[in-house]
Amino acid sequence: MPGMEVCTPSMPPDIQSSPEPAASGAEAVEFGTLGGQEISKSFGPVAVLKSITLSFLPGRIHAIVGENGAGKSTFVKILAGIIKPSSGQIFFRGKQVENPTLRLMEDLGVRLIHQELNLANDLTVLENIFLGREAVKGPFLDEAPMRRKAREVLARVGANVDLDRKVGDLRISEKQLTEIAKALAQEATVLILDEPTAVLTQREADRLFQIIEQFAKAGVAIIYISHRLEEVKRLAHHITVLRDGQLVATRNAGEISPDEIVRLMVGRSLQDLFPKKAYSRDQKNVMEVRNLSVPGHVTDASFGLKKGEILGFAGLVGAGRTELFEGIMGLRSISSGTIFRDGKQVKFSDYPHALRAFRAAYLPEDRKGKGLVVSFDARTNYSLLALQRFGACFVNQATERASFLNAVERFQIKIPDRSMPVSRLSGGNQQKVVLAKIFAIDPEIIVFDEPTRGIDVGTKAQIYRLIAAMAAEGKSCVVISSELLEIIGLCHRVIVMRASRIVASLEGDEISEDEIMMYATGVKQAHLS
Amino acid sequence: MNSAQAVDANSDRRPQTEPGWRTFAKGAQTLGPVIALLLLVLIGFSLNPNFLSWNNLSNVLTRSAFIGIISVGGTFVIVTGQIDLSVGAMAAFIASLMIIVMNHLAQSGWSLTAAVIAGMVSGLVVGLAAGVVNGLLATKGRIDSFIVTLGTMGIFRSLVTFVANGGTLTLNSNVREAYRPVFYNSWLNIPIPVWVLAVVVIIGTIALTKTRFGRYCRAVGSNSEVAHYSAIRVTHIRIIAFIVQGFCVALATLLYVPRLGSASSSTGVLWELEAITAVVVGGTALRGGSGRVWGSIAGALILTLIGNILNLTSIISVYLNGAVQGIIILGAALLQRSSRTR
Repeated sequence: MPGMEVCTPSMPPDIQSSPEPAASGAEAVEFGTLGGQEISKSFGPVAVLKSITLSFLPGRIHAIVGENGAGKSTFVKILAGIIKPSSGQIFFRGKQVENPTLRLMEDLGVRLIHQELNLANDLTVLENIFLGREAVKGPFLDEAPMRRKAREVLARVGANVDLDRKVGDLRISEKQLTEIAKALAQEATVLILDEPTAVLTQREADRLFQIIEQFAKAGVAIIYISHRLEEVKRLAHHITVLRDGQLVATRNAGEISPDEIVRLMVGRSLQDLFPKKAYSRDQKNVMEVRNLSVPGHVTDASFGLKKGEILGFAGLVGAGRTELFEGIMGLRSISSGTIFRDGKQVKFSDYPHALRAFRAAYLPEDRKGKGLVVSFDARTNYSLLALQRFGACFVNQATERASFLNAVERFQIKIPDRSMPVSRLSGGNQQKVVLAKIFAIDPEIIVFDEPTRGIDVGTKAQIYRLIAAMAAEGKSCVVISSELLEIIGLCHRVIVMRASRIVASLEGDEISEDEIMMYATGVKQAHLS
Repeated sequence: MNSAQAVDANSDRRPQTEPGWRTFAKGAQTLGPVIALLLLVLIGFSLNPNFLSWNNLSNVLTRSAFIGIISVGGTFVIVTGQIDLSVGAMAAFIASLMIIVMNHLAQSGWSLTAAVIAGMVSGLVVGLAAGVVNGLLATKGRIDSFIVTLGTMGIFRSLVTFVANGGTLTLNSNVREAYRPVFYNSWLNIPIPVWVLAVVVIIGTIALTKTRFGRYCRAVGSNSEVAHYSAIRVTHIRIIAFIVQGFCVALATLLYVPRLGSASSSTGVLWELEAITAVVVGGTALRGGSGRVWGSIAGALILTLIGNILNLTSIISVYLNGAVQGIIILGAALLQRSSRTR
């Protein structure tokens, strides 16, 4: 079939030979591979994009950064033909695209790799890669060329997955790579990646950057959306900052510092992101875990958690951090181990028991899958964990509403319409609803599992301040995070896990990126202080 | 219409449809069953003025009571994301046991009233127990509720045939005489079954909308993982939903036994489908997570009314009853679809 060739973009020679890009401004639209002119989009009365003109050049990696709700995803969805703009035009190689639909943009080689993975869980990797574009021989599927092609693209993205495995059985990072492979199985002229590294380990992300650079070298225009400024800085040729649906600035990457990017995005600098660490060491353990094992995930973990402490858990994805705390909380069965709460040995029979009898709460990492019923409104989500507080049998809706409004104010949750499902809130506001939900039970021990995944810098800073304030009040906080900056900036003490075991406990000056990574990757062997 | 579908497909986080259309679609979905009900009443009245006579209306309500009461329990099961196919067979099984108990006690010298009351109590106990069995198998047994209740449906049905020895169990005439008033008597000119239905509906509505249990049912049906991580004992909620269903089936059977005074292997056949239809026509999502008790009752009334209207008129053959019901189900599903947002 004709579309089977992997990425052999034909470049218009005039563009290839003009190296100095003028990446912004209306006059540039005609020159790029893909461009949007005065693109605006309103949902009802809310304007989410305000007359954005931006073009993307072949062979260039163009990053779009901005807080959640700044309009990045909406903008690229318009470029990919998924959403219709309220006004404005899309240009492809200098020609205006009339009535851009998803199918039409795909035929032009525009590939969008979604933030939310768009794969069918019950189909195999192979079936997913060619979904809707299967190679056929007469009425039958032509397996052999598809297998060959699939193996090739998977190898290209460095994914070592079995073609015949169901996508639902894959780890999330494998799913992400499958999604990328799917986009690359057809010819690409423009590759749009919406937060592609959110679920990847550092190694997988590095591999992805190499692939992206290869594509750029081959002349593909790359649009890259990310929250991670380090990788944007490292990867991109051009950086565009969006704020509140407006284009704030487009610069060449060499001409802008991360601090300036943050300032443009939110109007605050990086140093202000983390609150000062204030902690006195001579506190008692509020919880102690001894020799806890979770079958298949955690082996023989022992640690203590002190009053008023922020304890970080670092490690690679899959090291067993989440499973350890799910085991402690009674969310997952454990094979052995004892838990002491305030010096007394206890048994958390299940999560409701841990929560009510021991005031220990867990904030799940998967916001939409475990944290929120996305079809419920914010208030119903807010009160779900603490519903007992609002009545043993009947729910006192007046008290519930009052408590919710209180939380909305305290957590500064922005909710345009209180009756709308939380699926329509931005990621940052969704996360605030989950936080409010956890705090509604007034826990003494709080486990934050990836508390700032996929949310904007402004909300991050807010969440950090919140965690620090909790600790200052004498609550004990555990922060599980794959973002080292966060672990280092926030935590009083850091425990590193590798391959289902606790391998290090670091304090004070020991807490550094190098030190953590050496334990996390096994360069340094177990050391427990 | 096209843009509304695009919203579904694109999973964008913000509303994209016009507010007017959204309101209309939402209103149509919410009030759909009531509108359908009113239309049927109008049609019935225009075809035959006797339709609105108190006799006919109370007849319709009384006959809706069985399916209506069962569908209240069905609402809870479906809202929690499960299904119960065993209710018809369960009703027949409960009816058989009640008849056996009543006849036996009456013959062994109990007063007729005592025998009837003991029979009713045993019916409720069996209904609750059947709910526990279904619930345990569907949760602790980790079998999909569809399969569990498909299995127990077969078991209940076959047990009825077994205890009736392949024939019909009949209530002794003296017992039946004592039991009759439960179905045939009225209070304030309203038949007893209608009173029972009303009480069940009110309690069910309050339980689903005003209590912690109701909130948990919706959460479990929407996303059981989230419920698990919200410290909700998902298993308990699911079992309780089945027990509520078992209780409702027993209650309906208590009213059904004095009506016919007999039970056989054809008792309650297809009640499960009628109950599920009533629930779905009433606007409860079959995939769980949202539902309303009053809607299920409206659904049950719609089903009865269709039969009633076809009986009162001769324009459409009574034999097409099922076809008309089918069209109503499809219409309800279409309404639900058009207003569903992600």
